[in-house]
Amino acid sequence: MATLVLAEHGNATLDEATAKTVTAAAAVSTPVHVLIAGHNCRNAAEQAQKLAGVEKVLVADDARYAGFLAEPVAALALALAPKYDAIAAPATANGKNVLPRVAAQLDVPQISDIIAVDNPDVFRRPIYAGNAIQKVEAKGFKKIITVRTAAFPAAPATGSASLESIAAADDPGVARMTSENMTRSERPELTAAKIVISGGRGLQSKDNFILIERIADKLGAAIGASRAAVDAGFIPNDHQVGQTGKIVAPQLYIAVGISGAIQHLAGMKDSRVIVAINKDENAPIFGIADFGLVADLFQALPEFEKALDQ
Amino acid sequence: MKVLVPVKRVIDFNVAVRVKADRTGVDLTNVKMSINPFDEIAVEEAVRQKEKGKVSEIVAVSIGPAGAQETLRTALAMGADRAILVKHDGEIEPLAVAKILKAICAEEQLGLVILGKQAIDDDCNQTGQMLAALLGWPQGTFAAKLEIGTDKVSVTREVDGGLQTVELNLPAVITTDLRLNEPRYASLPNIMKARKKPILEKTVADYGVDPAPRLKVLEVTAPEKRRSGMRVGSAAELVGKLREIGII
Ligand SMILES: Cc1cc2nc3c(=O)[nH]c(=O)nc-3n(C[C@H](O)[C@H](O)[C@H](O)COP(=O)(O)OP(=O)(O)OC[C@H]3O[C@@H](n4cnc5c(N)ncnc54)[C@H](O)[C@@H]3O)c2cc1C
Ligand SMILES: Nc1ncnc2c1ncn2[C@@H]1O[C@H](COP(=O)(O)O)[C@@H](O)[C@H]1O
Repeated sequence: MATLVLAEHGNATLDEATAKTVTAAAAVSTPVHVLIAGHNCRNAAEQAQKLAGVEKVLVADDARYAGFLAEPVAALALALAPKYDAIAAPATANGKNVLPRVAAQLDVPQISDIIAVDNPDVFRRPIYAGNAIQKVEAKGFKKIITVRTAAFPAAPATGSASLESIAAADDPGVARMTSENMTRSERPELTAAKIVISGGRGLQSKDNFILIERIADKLGAAIGASRAAVDAGFIPNDHQVGQTGKIVAPQLYIAVGISGAIQHLAGMKDSRVIVAINKDENAPIFGIADFGLVADLFQALPEFEKALDQ
Repeated sequence: MKVLVPVKRVIDFNVAVRVKADRTGVDLTNVKMSINPFDEIAVEEAVRQKEKGKVSEIVAVSIGPAGAQETLRTALAMGADRAILVKHDGEIEPLAVAKILKAICAEEQLGLVILGKQAIDDDCNQTGQMLAALLGWPQGTFAAKLEIGTDKVSVTREVDGGLQTVELNLPAVITTDLRLNEPRYASLPNIMKARKKPILEKTVADYGVDPAPRLKVLEVTAPEKRRSGMRVGSAAELVGKLREIGII
């Protein structure tokens, strides 16, 4: 039949997570259709039309989808479900929020966070913070899948899918968004960045994160953090990398003042090159680092910055 | 208002996980087991809401082997009033757990269910959302803040770009994120008191739910190991190396 991809987007723009999910979806069942549920989301829909491998983009443009709340969005996906043998979403906060609702209402299990499609019925997914990889078979029912986007390449923008406007589905009307407090940044998005530099408890304060920021700006890098840094209020929650934060796999990951707990490693150990800067030579982070620098970060970071200028 | 808190017994978050040689799963023999960290946050939140007078009774429930008694005792020592142990040996998927929880919700007349956002063993992040869907209730997932009103609850959620606040009609389902609270340590007197609190024993069949997994696990393997590379002597040398391999 076909796979429906529930797009991650910001109405005016389409997130790269969607292009990566399309790649995974195409391995499950073709053709691939993309659903854009949003408000004033025409631009995102047009960008989705360009994704290679997408046959059709469905747009449900309605105020009820403005906050991408799970209740109305799941109701829409559920209404479309009969036409598809698989529904996939990126394993973003939105995808994780919406898709299990759809699965439950279809009375099927969800396959969370897949990192590989062995064949259309067999998937691999990490469990235990990535310390084990489970190979599962899902046969005989509709497949509801969230995709770990770091594990799949983005579908290129060489396609020309058709566009179809669809009506909004009934909103159960039990939830409303009352406010949104989004961090604004000129820096690249954490999960899409080629270079990520992350700070941990070793940074000691919010103000000291300037040392990380200056290097990030020189490298065009995104900024990540350990849970300890987020808990201490050094940096907002959406920067947390790890088992229960964001999963990243950039070309270069620089961990500064981060010990390397398994929960943190779970979010970055598939990066191509890993650098660790830590004053404790026995810190576990060195066990997976390609380049380790045992040093006091307050000395090493300014030196690093200076060396970049030379 | 009565609150249900589902707590799962999982491998302790500090334990290094080892895959079994026969590739059927993870080795759990003689491994330290604990309450799932997010569920500890869920219990703490329920207790705090009770202390604020927003909640009248806290029921903890665990679906799992006899050992899950211990997990329930932890919840009782933190301040849950009573517990239900739904005995089950072996794997059980989030959908079946959600169905059991739905049946308990129907029996107990609950106003709120507070779950963890994710069990750190299966890393599914599904059960709360599935339960909300089965009940037709709204959901406030990945909660960083909770304010309970008379017929509504306001939930501030940790989302990818920052924070989102939603207002949900009660009854509702909440799942906890790390920053919702810092769980207390149970005091010795409370641990003693918890021994006298009731744990009702049930079976999955009591709720008419089929616990058989729908996904077939073909194998469980260890991830590819990453080797450590080299040490550099200075930040300047580090920049030199990164330039050498053309990554910056
Ligand atoms: C359920 C659960 C989920 C979790 N999820 C996550 C997650 O998603 N992401 C995550 O990151 N963690 C997560 N954690 C927390 C994790 O277990 C660790 O506690 C956390 O990663 C530690 O952060 P850290 O490395 O910054 O702090 P620490 O472990 O305290 O390490 C700080 C490091 O900084 C170094 N340092 C200190 N001063 C300096 C200096 N001047 N110069 C150089 N180095 C210095 C120290 O040597 C040390 O190695 C989770 C935990 C639980 C229980
Ligand atoms: N066997 C279980 N017993 C009790 N609660 C559970 C069980 N499985 C899952 N849960 C609850 O559902 C949450 C999410 O689990 P999961 O969807 O498996 O990641 C957990 O944090 C628990 O609150």
